Amino acid sequence: MSARLVFLGRLEDLAGVPEMAVAAGPLEAVFAQLPRELAVALLEPNVRLAHNGHLLAESGGIVLEAGDELAFLPPVSGG
Amino acid sequence: MPDARLPDARLLDARLMDAPFDPALELGRFNAGVPESGGVVSFLGKVRADHGVAALEIRHYAPMTLPGFRALAQTAARRWQLDGLLIVHRIGEMGPGDPIVLVAAASGHRRDAFAATDFVMDHLKGEVWLWKRERTAAGWRWIEPRAQDHQDRARWG
Repeated sequence: MSARLVFLGRLEDLAGVPEMAVAAGPLEAVFAQLPRELAVALLEPNVRLAHNGHLLAESGGIVLEAGDELAFLPPVSGG
Repeated sequence: MPDARLPDARLLDARLMDAPFDPALELGRFNAGVPESGGVVSFLGKVRADHGVAALEIRHYAPMTLPGFRALAQTAARRWQLDGLLIVHRIGEMGPGDPIVLVAAASGHRRDAFAATDFVMDHLKGEVWLWKRERTAAGWRWIEPRAQDHQDRARWG
């Protein structure tokens, strides 16, 4: 079963797609499925994570269940 | 009307628009919804026609962006005496001169309306989930947060 990663802003350009299906599981296992350059960019300290629409205070210990959505939110520049 | 009421029945209308909007029409509708107010202050942000920018694109994240607008509106409504608050924000691609954002606050007294509008604008720039990129002759470029935006928000304590 799969979970979904969503890439916002410049991260979408880097990933080449707005979202990506990955095998569910612990976050470390999810990152291991990604190209190294993308994984490094997603782990930058100024990239926030949102799990099913809820902003995470920190990403440690996150396990993605089937159907979950994990969004990667780079610094905003809106308005 | 796609609006909602704050818990105390004041008008709150926060929307994301993926197509051009008519600021005069929006402001007229908002004003019609606050017939008891003593004043309405509005701010219209547009795509600047400078720096060789040919297009601007704003992207959002549906599960979080509009909820963030609503939370910001609630914060402003707690802080000032408002009869209503309007936030209309474009997403998608725009050209020079196109409206990006319209914020309006209605109040019994002008100072609350001015302050709330200013506050909402400062917090729309950097505290809601929107990402912006612009296209010049050199191609598309993502806009990074500016220190000035942070200083603008810091004014509010």
